Amino acid sequence: MTMPDTNRMTLFSMTERAMSAQLVRMNAATSNLANAGSVATTEADAYRPIRVRFASELDQATGISGVRSDGIVRSETAPTKRYEPNHPLADADGHVWEAPVDESAEMIEIMESARQYQNLVQALTTAKQLMLETLRSN
Amino acid sequence: MSEQIFGIHGAALELRSRRMNVLASNIANAATPGYKARDIDFGAALNARLSRHSDGLQSGADGASHMVYKVPTMASLDGNTVELGREQVAFAENAMAYSATLSFVQGKVNTITRALKGE
Repeated sequence: MTMPDTNRMTLFSMTERAMSAQLVRMNAATSNLANAGSVATTEADAYRPIRVRFASELDQATGISGVRSDGIVRSETAPTKRYEPNHPLADADGHVWEAPVDESAEMIEIMESARQYQNLVQALTTAKQLMLETLRSN
Repeated sequence: MSEQIFGIHGAALELRSRRMNVLASNIANAATPGYKARDIDFGAALNARLSRHSDGLQSGADGASHMVYKVPTMASLDGNTVELGREQVAFAENAMAYSATLSFVQGKVNTITRALKGE
């Protein structure tokens, strides 16, 4: 479904899209954190961390450039091979493959995302206040 | 007509609002790889706007011609030149200036309203 006025970007729609892009990013990092320490029998089955790729979209008419999430990429980092013969998921040689999640990097990703979300909300509040002031002034 | 009443403030208010959009775009793109932070050269844009009016030409949707790229204090590895602190300060400063300009415009409107009412 397309809305009639979707191609003209306003400050509000731009901020809204940027906020949802930040949420997608935060979800990806949370999913990585949740899968930290998960193991698999084969290398191919092991969880790979995901990252959201951002791209900016410029609206020529207004000069506003918004942001959108341009798809999700899977990390190329190889899973860690560990020798654990007693693990129920161990393969014939007694190895398990652990998801290569860097927990502190994911925490930083979440904090940065939250910080940027806050910034957007603040900018939106200020812009809204100024618009209301302008409307009330007459 | 409106130019005669509001003078510099009408044009300034419009430019301030346009600059707010540009700065908000920068904040929104703080994490986009390769994004180059932009700004409006306020002085140049205002001068151009005012001189065009004194020439009697119609004002169009400009401002894009006075768009400048910001030079980052320290460039990041992914080519993004947004520095959140600077953007926030610029946004706050621009919002303040917008409020100030708005109160000048309001003052003018009040004066004229009073004159019309014959107070």
